[in-house]
Amino acid sequence: MIELRHLSKTFLTKEGSFEALRDISLTVEDGDIHGIIGVSGAGKSTLVRCVNLLEKPTSGSVLIDGEDVTNYSGRRLLNLRGKIGMIFQDFSLFAQRNALANVIFPLQLRRDSRKDAAKRGMELLELVGLAHKAKSYPAQLSGGQQQRVAIARALANHPSYLLCDEATSALDSLTTDAILQLLKTINHELGVTILVITHEMKVIETICNKVAVLDGAQIVERGKTADVFAQPEQQITQRLLGQAMAEAAAQAAAESATAVSASTTLTDQLAYLEVKSDV
Amino acid sequence: MFDFLRDFIDQYGDLLVQSSIDTLLAVSLATTLAYILGILLAVVLKITAPGSLKPQVLINSVIGWIVNMGRSIPFIILMVILIPLSRMIVGTSLGVLGSIIPLTIGAAPFVARIVESSFEEVPAGSIEAAQAFGASTFQIIWKVYLRESLPSLIRGAAITLITLIGYQAIMGAFGGGGLGDVAVRFGYHRYKGDVMVAAVLILIVLVQLIQSTADLIARKIDKR
Ligand SMILES: Nc1ncnc2c1ncn2[C@@H]1O[C@H](COP(=O)(O)OP(=O)(O)OP(=O)(O)O)[C@@H](O)[C@H]1O
Ligand SMILES: [Mg+2]
Repeated sequence: MIELRHLSKTFLTKEGSFEALRDISLTVEDGDIHGIIGVSGAGKSTLVRCVNLLEKPTSGSVLIDGEDVTNYSGRRLLNLRGKIGMIFQDFSLFAQRNALANVIFPLQLRRDSRKDAAKRGMELLELVGLAHKAKSYPAQLSGGQQQRVAIARALANHPSYLLCDEATSALDSLTTDAILQLLKTINHELGVTILVITHEMKVIETICNKVAVLDGAQIVERGKTADVFAQPEQQITQRLLGQAMAEAAAQAAAESATAVSASTTLTDQLAYLEVKSDV
Repeated sequence: MFDFLRDFIDQYGDLLVQSSIDTLLAVSLATTLAYILGILLAVVLKITAPGSLKPQVLINSVIGWIVNMGRSIPFIILMVILIPLSRMIVGTSLGVLGSIIPLTIGAAPFVARIVESSFEEVPAGSIEAAQAFGASTFQIIWKVYLRESLPSLIRGAAITLITLIGYQAIMGAFGGGGLGDVAVRFGYHRYKGDVMVAAVLILIVLVQLIQSTADLIARKIDKR
């Protein structure tokens, strides 16, 4: 279980102080895929970075499995981080290491034997469907493949938790779906609790059982995904939902528009899209 | 023409070979030592920078200041200043041995900046990922900064080697031995244009060889 209690984070900059998170309280139960959604600058990355203490909260506390880890430092902090996997928007693979070497990086930090690590690495690449790319370097992989390698890397240490910061934002719609399905599988089969940060309702809708809406440094709404979707209380949630619906409509329209006929002019198609996305 | 070459090689071959070896020896030893110092300085500069792994404003600016100082002292002056130190450490300020200390001290700040700029090429995301997996500062330096910037470090080492060959040639004119010494002693003092040209040609070939070998290796290992 991940618990955030009255967490605040204020950045001190040359221009003055900036409050990125204000009094955040949040519980992620074991087995959850918990979403956090918000617009750009809402504080999502800061929030998720507080969980593994890449960012030190200004006040409040972080509890992992009931233990207050906020003031962990040294070895204890490093070990804690080893138990929390993380994936990133830009994948952040090591460019000079091949897929397998990337996956076993976290194991090498713990001085596992090379052979055991390689074995575990291949298992993980198998799991994400990329065993045949073990020797490929990140530059030789597509975005979706890179994110799969990154997921395998994040799971190397058998973490109980996986943090995903905009894990699908750099991917196209089909690849996003595939990655989301993979995350779902990891949650179901390996029992990994997942915290998902996103600005896309679609991501929440597809995999999250719970969601919190972050706006202006605060959580303004939270609950079961189904409830929040059925009755969004906050304007920001409605807006995020509306946007998601418009996007879905636009996509459907684009698909049918291309299917309709080649004779339709571009202007017609654009007009069609506009009508649809007004919904 | 062949007769001339044969005579020339008979007369100066050994000298040129020996002084090439001297130059290479002095330069590679100094480069190695300068890299040990320079990487240390670069690592400290990098991790103590504001917003980095262990921000330390004071240490960072003091080291930065020392490095800039070292870089702004003209090499010839540094050479003279270091004569006593060189005598103390290696027993002489002359010949190959005598050129090692000045070359090392002259190159170290330069190396520090070159290595630092290689480190800059490592994406912040890679550092953050390593941190997120629980890498210690030492592991991040060793397994991320140095490993990920290796191709760039090799290119930097070639630049350093070549720069030092130039410095070594300057030292040659002041009793530092090596190819520069030959070029000056024979070409300048004894009007032996052919020996000077030969020495310069060897320098040109050395520089080309170093550069293309480094390019080749760097290109081969760079997976970006
Ligand atoms: N190190 C920092 N120093 C100062 N301000 C920061 C720092 N990190 C983040 N901020 C500020 O905190 C706010 C929240 O940033 P954060 O990266 O958490 O947003 P986000 O919700 O992840 O946005 P995005 O969707 O664009 O990634 C932003 O206004 C940002 O400028
Ligand atoms: Mg972000």
